[in-house]
Amino acid sequence: MQPILELTNISKRFPGVQALQNVRFDVLPGEVHALIGENGAGKSTLIKIISGVYKPDEGTLRLDGQERPPFSNPREAQAAGIATIYQELSLYPELSAAENIFMGHAPRTRFGAVDWGRMRREARELLASLEIHDLDVNRKIGTLSVGNRQRIEIAKALSLNARILVMDEPTAALTEADVEQLFRIVRLLQERGVAIIYISHRLQEIFTLADRVTVLRDGEYVATRRVTETSEPELISMMVGRTVDDLFPKLPAEIGEPLLEVRDLWRRPYTLGVNLTVRAGEIVGLAGLIGSGRSELAQTIFGIMPAQSGQILIEGKPVRIRHPGDAMRLGIAYVPEERGSQGLIRQMTIRQNISLAVLRALTRGPFIDRQGEKSLAERMIDTLNIRAYSTNQIVNKLSGGNQQKVVVGKWLASQPRILIMDEPTRGIDVGAKAEVHRLMSQLAQQGMAILMISSEMPEILGMSDRVVVMREGRVVGEFSREEATQEKVATAMMSVENGASDAAELAVDGVQTGAKGR
Amino acid sequence: MAATSKAYKSQTVESGFSLRSLTHLLGSQEFILLMSILALSLVVYSDNPRFGTERNLLNILSNASYIAVGAIGMSMVIITGNIDVSVGSLIGVLATIAGQLAVHDYPIWMAWTAPILAAMVVEGFIGFLVAYLRIPAIVVTLGMMSILKGGLILATGGAWIYDIPQEFFLAQRQPYGIPMPIYFMVTLVILAALWMHYSPTGRAIYAVGGNAEAARLSGISEKRTLMTVFILHGFMIGVAGLLFATQFTTIQSTVPPGLELMIITAAVVGGVSILGGSGTVIGAMLGAILIRVIQSGMIFLNVSAYWLQAVQGILILLTVLADILRRRRQAASIGK
Repeated sequence: MQPILELTNISKRFPGVQALQNVRFDVLPGEVHALIGENGAGKSTLIKIISGVYKPDEGTLRLDGQERPPFSNPREAQAAGIATIYQELSLYPELSAAENIFMGHAPRTRFGAVDWGRMRREARELLASLEIHDLDVNRKIGTLSVGNRQRIEIAKALSLNARILVMDEPTAALTEADVEQLFRIVRLLQERGVAIIYISHRLQEIFTLADRVTVLRDGEYVATRRVTETSEPELISMMVGRTVDDLFPKLPAEIGEPLLEVRDLWRRPYTLGVNLTVRAGEIVGLAGLIGSGRSELAQTIFGIMPAQSGQILIEGKPVRIRHPGDAMRLGIAYVPEERGSQGLIRQMTIRQNISLAVLRALTRGPFIDRQGEKSLAERMIDTLNIRAYSTNQIVNKLSGGNQQKVVVGKWLASQPRILIMDEPTRGIDVGAKAEVHRLMSQLAQQGMAILMISSEMPEILGMSDRVVVMREGRVVGEFSREEATQEKVATAMMSVENGASDAAELAVDGVQTGAKGR
Repeated sequence: MAATSKAYKSQTVESGFSLRSLTHLLGSQEFILLMSILALSLVVYSDNPRFGTERNLLNILSNASYIAVGAIGMSMVIITGNIDVSVGSLIGVLATIAGQLAVHDYPIWMAWTAPILAAMVVEGFIGFLVAYLRIPAIVVTLGMMSILKGGLILATGGAWIYDIPQEFFLAQRQPYGIPMPIYFMVTLVILAALWMHYSPTGRAIYAVGGNAEAARLSGISEKRTLMTVFILHGFMIGVAGLLFATQFTTIQSTVPPGLELMIITAAVVGGVSILGGSGTVIGAMLGAILIRVIQSGMIFLNVSAYWLQAVQGILILLTVLADILRRRRQAASIGK
């Protein structure tokens, strides 16, 4: 059979990172083709190329066997019959279901006005064709459940006569019943010859639903397999199978008493009864997929989203942390994930950013001690090797790596005993990365307790004394430095082995119903 | 590694620093404004030399004073990413309060301080609604503008206040031959500039306006900062109201039309970014002076006074446009 869509030799570069390199991908009519890979493997970039959001630097695209230039905007992709359902649904909460389905192409009367009657009727017909009969098309989207919103998205795609449907982690936010219904809808579409590109971290779903699966790793194509001819361990090893280079100058450090202990910490819906200990001199790597609740755990500890219940102990003493100020007084520092939106004040200078968390301590009488502030900034520029012409340089003009160092400097200035770093090296170049790693090692040697959240497996394995794995708001695995391997950590991150998730169980159910249906 | 980087750094510092700071100074909004004021004054002066008399120049500065003092508070508010459109109405109300107290034989000091306290209370209330109840400042102050405007007419019936004791007229005094308002303007601008630049709270104001999320994660309380800003803004508006009330021998119990626009224009033209996070009070003062120079210049060049509002509008649009273009250029230079 001829592929409905075929991409070959696709490459895409972003400043500082090769997102995709010679990737190929194709999908047949009526096929569910799953796309998997670790965080940052290039899945999102690839589907954004398919849906016209990004234009590839290189590569060819064939639609029904005809070669054509890659889509230069989402409209072109839409016209070619490609619809994409993102994780964050793109609906208008204040408008009705019918209006959302026909957004941008509402049926018109002879006089050019919106034909409301026809719009509602056709919306109902579309939903009925998906065997959805209990959804009132007049209801505002904002009042619908997540599952129903997703169904509206699918109906919207069909209203555009989509022949290729891209679904990005469609089950991530769904309840069991919704997952079941989604699978039924996917099979219905499949029977009608719609090609489906399905992205999911839940391997079990892929074995349930997909015909073929393609694995990406570090922006490169690894392999395509029929699901009947592969296994979960094989997929995992294809996803992680890279060599850990020795970019990581982890120095041995003496590990002391627990500085930070978290006991049965709850903050719904992201943090569900977490236990965690970080000792003096220890680097604990917190691994998990995006959405597994790692950053949210850090933010709960730091008081950004204070805990609902459970205990936090600092040096063995129970404490209450209600806002970041509390956490700072207790000697906790948090280097956030988004340095742009959470870490830096872009219009300010390096000096002003570095002193921001310690302004009170730097104040003499009514005014900030300028000399003290300047020498603090100079010290940080020196220690962290920040490339800048003066302490008065506006941080907006620094490179990503140097900006990250400024954020780190701001928190080191507060002389923390516990340092939480969320994706400390994301988006910075290799040299700056090594410097950040060396610094973490040194800080640990000086007795700091470091909790490092990272989506990069080599970083987790290379830097951590201990690896803690989170999945769906819970800690699901813990490995010592010696025990931890890519396969073990990745399996804990993705698999349903321990305490099988409900969605996967249902997925198995779905298989049987589906099989009967055929 | 460390040694090489140090050498690299000191080199760049020496070769680049003085030149950089010079271009920085020349490119600053304050410098551009100062030059505009001088250039404009010269143009008008060359056409009509009477513009250059000491009396007229002092008049311009004196008339700019209450605008400038109001623009100090307005700058702080705009820097935090908020706005206050109720200041014109508030100043009208304050003038009436001061005048009524004076005309009813209350001690003069009371007539002077009451408007300042009243303004602090009103702006504190606005600050509370903005900071704690999270109502957008434009909505709160639009509402407040209407309430004050309507309330003033209801309370006074629009009657003018005459026969106020002479010692009430603070703004008419001229110690050492210089009008009193200029002393107020200069003192308050200097104090505010120092405070904004050197105090931890001043820094927090810029931080909250520049990136509220990052400020919060650095332990800065956005709510407390906003409350401080609005109450201080209230103080400045109170002083502006006092200077406004004591300049003429009668007080019209109405809201001075277009005053809020003038104060906001002064701040924005003075380089305070309408998107928050940057600007200075010295710039705001220069903005106020520029507006008054334009106004006075129009009189000397026999241009209809009705042009003033249009010119103010054009000034605002041009400044905001320049600000946005500057930001875009910066953003583009990061992408490289």
